[in-house]
Amino acid sequence: MVLKVFFPSCCSSADSGILIGRWISEQNSAVILAVVHFPFIPVQVKQYLGEVQRVTKVSVSVLGSWSNSKQEKEESLSEFLEDLGTIFCHEPWIQISKEGDSKFWSCSILQKHSKNPQEEEIILVYYDQRKVMLSHLHPPLDTAGQRAEDASKLSAIFDTVARSQVLFMTDRYDEGPIKLTHWQSDGVEASIIVELLKQASVPACMLLTFLLSLLSGICRSRGLKFWPLSFLWSKLSTCEQLGHRLQHLQVISSNKKAQNQNQLMRKANIFVSLLIDVALGILLMSWLYRKNRIGHLADTLIPVADHVAEELQDLLQWLMGAPAGLKMNRALDQVLGRFFLYHIHLWISYIHLLSPFIEMILWYVGLSACLGLTVALCILSDIIALLTFHIYCFYVYGARLYCLKIYGLSSLWRLFRGKKWNVLRQRVDSCSYDLDQLFIGTLLFTILLFLLPTTALYYLVFTLLRLLVVIVQGLIHLLVDLIDSLPLYSLILRLCRSYRLAAGVKFRVLEQQDGKPLRLLMQINPLSYGGVVQTYRLPTYSCYPRDSWASLCKKLFLGELIYPWKHKGDKQN
Amino acid sequence: MAEERRFLSASGVPIALRRRQHSASCRELAVRGPRLQLRSLSAATSAVWLAAYGLFALCENSMVLSAAIFITLLGLIIYLHFVKIDQESLLVIGSLGIQVTSAYASGKESTTFIEMGQVKDVVINEAIHMQKVIYYLCILLQDPEDPQAVSEVVPLFQSSKPRLDCLIEVYKSCQEILEQRKTAPQSS
Repeated sequence: MVLKVFFPSCCSSADSGILIGRWISEQNSAVILAVVHFPFIPVQVKQYLGEVQRVTKVSVSVLGSWSNSKQEKEESLSEFLEDLGTIFCHEPWIQISKEGDSKFWSCSILQKHSKNPQEEEIILVYYDQRKVMLSHLHPPLDTAGQRAEDASKLSAIFDTVARSQVLFMTDRYDEGPIKLTHWQSDGVEASIIVELLKQASVPACMLLTFLLSLLSGICRSRGLKFWPLSFLWSKLSTCEQLGHRLQHLQVISSNKKAQNQNQLMRKANIFVSLLIDVALGILLMSWLYRKNRIGHLADTLIPVADHVAEELQDLLQWLMGAPAGLKMNRALDQVLGRFFLYHIHLWISYIHLLSPFIEMILWYVGLSACLGLTVALCILSDIIALLTFHIYCFYVYGARLYCLKIYGLSSLWRLFRGKKWNVLRQRVDSCSYDLDQLFIGTLLFTILLFLLPTTALYYLVFTLLRLLVVIVQGLIHLLVDLIDSLPLYSLILRLCRSYRLAAGVKFRVLEQQDGKPLRLLMQINPLSYGGVVQTYRLPTYSCYPRDSWASLCKKLFLGELIYPWKHKGDKQN
Repeated sequence: MAEERRFLSASGVPIALRRRQHSASCRELAVRGPRLQLRSLSAATSAVWLAAYGLFALCENSMVLSAAIFITLLGLIIYLHFVKIDQESLLVIGSLGIQVTSAYASGKESTTFIEMGQVKDVVINEAIHMQKVIYYLCILLQDPEDPQAVSEVVPLFQSSKPRLDCLIEVYKSCQEILEQRKTAPQSS
């Protein structure tokens, strides 16, 4: 069998000593964690290893000896190293020796109780200890959770190094009986800023939790639960977005430490996303309020609403004439046209009533953009919804009229053929009608049929307008979703410290020499950007199309009201 | 220990197979496709610029020319970095795994490492593509729940598409190493 030795590249220039690490017998591989230098007392080494084993739950033991001789090989040293094998009995005992500055080391194994005395091939794999310790191995995205553990043998190696962090805490300046060499042996790394932030974050979190509990208490108070207000809150997307952000703040400000990598990354992603959102919102706000742009916006709002209303009036005049050369039923045409024209007239009057207050309202509403760019976009979407409310009303009128007509037509068509809808059995049954029933039914059927084109045309025009508005709102919500769910911290981590997010490893074959073991360099293969987004996406209250294309077309044909975007948490109707 | 032989790909372009034996249980097989020719690059660039100049002569807007230069540069960068694969290599390390690398013309390398425990076998498969029957080498991955079933098929050398003679060489090299794991005593 082939023996694999994972050697940390930081120990390549260490002085002679013994190797400590973990022996994984199922894979026939030895993961070397550090080198213990002479002089040492074997009993103290065993004690130290026992303590480390207790704390880290990793079975660390003495695996072999390491000799780095700057001069010619000394015979006495090699005998001494073999004798060490009897003191720290470990099967197999690995002996690695390096001569001078040579890249090619010789590696041999001593097996006392070997069943097959044949020569084992040795593969020497160098790894960067710091990167492997900090990295998090991601299982392939399409495997189920429980398969991931036994699928990857490499995760055992990553696990071993990551959990042995306490071993790397002693550096060579410590006054202890054991002298180790590992990646941190030149001095433990720490950052003052990080430590200060950690200390400052505890009271900040407590303050934030207190404020948030106050805020959620106010939101849940009885005063805001009355029917008109609660209906309004549920319809405005701004309130949903604010609630969503409140939830995020609660996640960040909780005092519990993150249990595992996923939770930690989630918290970090939410924090960075909130920060960027607020920064962009403040940028937008400063741009809007400079040179009084918001005043200009308010001034152009009323003319735009007027313009939209005028266009609608022109459209209705066109429909009341002979639209696209089609001949409408004059009477019905005039009735519908005048009804909708009166509606527009009412709407314009309301807008003009509001016009002196628009600037002030817009000025104060614009201030809320400092809560984040997503809130500003949601406000924009709500303003569009409010301004095009008359289009929504027209759509509902047209749809209801058309729907009634279609139902009437289908039921009278059944009567025309002598059939009836059996409500009990939910099917069409034959039925014998009286003569006068048949006469009236046929008459009504004819009337409805010939009035169908007019109603259908009005319905078509207003449905198209409504769909246009829905598409614009949908696009804005898509953008808000994107900002909400993008894991910015993970993406920046993948850009700057790509070894932290590992999809796997890659091996590079180093220079070889005959007779020496195979030398490989193990590097971390980072996760692709698409993989990062897929793994660490933040969950949102996303809106996605509720109906498939087929059911949407069916609803349009029958005249049922369509609400194309479904929000998570909506009850199915 | 490194030998290079010339073959033809499925579409007729000349490719080179390089075999290196690093040790008894480690082999590297690399298939190199033809490099980007200066001829085709100049031809594509001149065609785009002629078209842009014709458009400029029609509409007298100099933005067309700068847009053409920008598009050419962007297109070249995207082609070199994401599309043109120079070399595909297979590194088989017995008892560790199989590593598949694709090296792009811009120097980017995309690597996948498959552990030996997941590899069931390396086989040559036949596929019917449009009107042709092509052969391709692939790695069969084992299903952890069912030792007899295959959970995934990973095709190799997809952009250089070597023909059967080249594939047979690669197949023989791989099988020599894969057999070692069957003869060696399993320890668990």
